[in-house]
Amino acid sequence: MKIVTTVKRVTDPDMKVKIKPDGTGIVTDGVEYRMNYFDEYGVEEAIRLKQEHGGEIVVVSVGADASTKEIRTALAMGADRGILVETDEELDSDAVARVLAEVIKEEAPDIVLMGKQSVDTDRNQAGQMLAAYLGYPQATFAFELKVADGWATVGREVDGGTSTKRVKLPAIVTADLRLNEPRYASLPGIIKAKRKKIDRKTPGDLGVDTANRVNVLQYEAPETRAAGQIVESVDELIEKLRTEAKAL
Amino acid sequence: MGNVLVVAELQAGVVRKVTLDTIAFARQAVDVIGGQVHVLVLGDGVDAQAAEIAAGHGADVVHAGNGAAFANYIAENFTPAVVQAAEAVDAEIVCAPSSMFGKDLMPCVAAKLGAGMVSDATEVFDDGGVRFKRPLWSGNVITTLEVTTPRKVATVRTTEFEAISGYADASVQAFTADVGARDDAEFVSFDQVKSDRPELTDAAVVIAGGRGLGSGENFDMLMTLADQLGGAVGASRAAVDSGYAPNDWQIGQTGKVVAPNLYIAVAISGAIQHLAGMKGSKTIVAINKDGDAPIFEVADYGLVADAFTAVPELTEKLKSLGIGS
Ligand SMILES: Cc1cc2nc3c(=O)[nH]c(=O)nc-3n(C[C@H](O)[C@H](O)[C@H](O)COP(=O)(O)OP(=O)(O)OC[C@H]3O[C@@H](n4cnc5c(N)ncnc54)[C@H](O)[C@@H]3O)c2cc1C
Repeated sequence: MKIVTTVKRVTDPDMKVKIKPDGTGIVTDGVEYRMNYFDEYGVEEAIRLKQEHGGEIVVVSVGADASTKEIRTALAMGADRGILVETDEELDSDAVARVLAEVIKEEAPDIVLMGKQSVDTDRNQAGQMLAAYLGYPQATFAFELKVADGWATVGREVDGGTSTKRVKLPAIVTADLRLNEPRYASLPGIIKAKRKKIDRKTPGDLGVDTANRVNVLQYEAPETRAAGQIVESVDELIEKLRTEAKAL
Repeated sequence: MGNVLVVAELQAGVVRKVTLDTIAFARQAVDVIGGQVHVLVLGDGVDAQAAEIAAGHGADVVHAGNGAAFANYIAENFTPAVVQAAEAVDAEIVCAPSSMFGKDLMPCVAAKLGAGMVSDATEVFDDGGVRFKRPLWSGNVITTLEVTTPRKVATVRTTEFEAISGYADASVQAFTADVGARDDAEFVSFDQVKSDRPELTDAAVVIAGGRGLGSGENFDMLMTLADQLGGAVGASRAAVDSGYAPNDWQIGQTGKVVAPNLYIAVAISGAIQHLAGMKGSKTIVAINKDGDAPIFEVADYGLVADAFTAVPELTEKLKSLGIGS
């Protein structure tokens, strides 16, 4: 079974993002980066699928040169080889999906595992767009995945409960947080990863015009809430909710 | 071009309120781009739902698309129908609620229409062209966006829009989509978490519990309080991960976004990913035994107390004061 899994380098969500005073972007000086959390679940699931079915895991990232760090992390977890499609531009999800579509056409995997969204841009688009561009079926927000007889049966987190969908391979599956527990890279894994191959390409090599369809004109901070107060008792809470907040 | 197409969301055949909120967004959009608000309802036998949506909620035309391929939602069968409808009504903006349904479907629609897409739109306005606002970075950044394609796709952060009532009724038309069911994707089941409480995203009061509650049984006291106030019960991710609450209750960056009149966070620390889902609530109450918990930074009223005494006491006192049911 051939598996492609995707990783994105994102700002560490535990750090506070700062917006440039002129509103043209976020401050990147001194910012720490990591692999997008949801992608870790995708990589982990790829490793589990390989353990069960054998095969190869190719990890793909679209981003700046530094994204090789996140590719190495995935290789250290257990992926076999990497592909970086290098660009310094801030691509919209559509451009990322069109780039990935070309990589997938070349690699022809049985399944593509992705995170359901990235924790920086929060768009939740790339996997579904990729499915549409490739004409593959999709199963998003997966909390359970079983592969047998050329089909994937996927438990999905949806509003109002859960749902189960079956998709014929090749398919796109996007991971939710309850899919598995991502492993940490082991020391031998990290050492091995250093010798694993990372191919480099550019969107141009793949024939993709990455002109964005969505442009960000301005970044700003959300309105902050006025400071609240500490109440001393349940009685005071009820009193304030009734008379001050008029919430009861 | 003008015109907005809203893709209606039904859940187990019932019109979700987020659909009506999205129509309110669509009205804001036609104020900017002109044209009419069209709504597409897809399903197998949805004439009644189309009529319900047409009844004064701000739509101009409701299209009822009946077909066996739409009996249960899957993106593979809905996408071509939405694309055909968008072209048929010449929609400049095609939108759906930013629910799991809209998030799953609309990127496919955007790709097939060759349209740029905005997720979680909170505002649409004119500034020398159509502009959208949306939150990102777990709600810590707001961006203003321009979509450069003639058609534009959006999912709508429905907590920012209030469903309209009393508008002129829309006309209802049949919509015939030329869509055969795909043979590479199958809906198997929808396992609904049944509840008599209001839906989380619609409730005026939300009582949310965190990992600090320690067990699923301990959520019972939140349910009693919620029932007293006619509210819904939600949870932090850690509570869901620990199996105390169903996934459908998760509030936050990667769960539901709620903005009730009153939000009571019980034994929730207030991680940024949680705040992303409830910061827009009108009044926020935090009950936590740790006075340094970050939730107190966003709470209007903080009570530093053990949940196991404070919550039952709150419920009892509300009861004896005759507040709520
Ligand atoms: C990619 C990603 C996405 C995420 N998405 C979400 C999301 O959508 N929603 C979300 O909620 N989280 C999300 N998280 C998780 C988030 O970072 C926190 O881990 C989570 O919100 C913590 O949940 P909690 O507050 O219930 O638990 P904890 O942080 O463990 O807090 C428990 C609290 O309970 C209090 N407590 C304990 N006992 C009592 C008692 N008897 N009485 C009163 N108080 C008590 C403690 O003082 C503590 O403050 C996400 C994380 C990541 C990495």
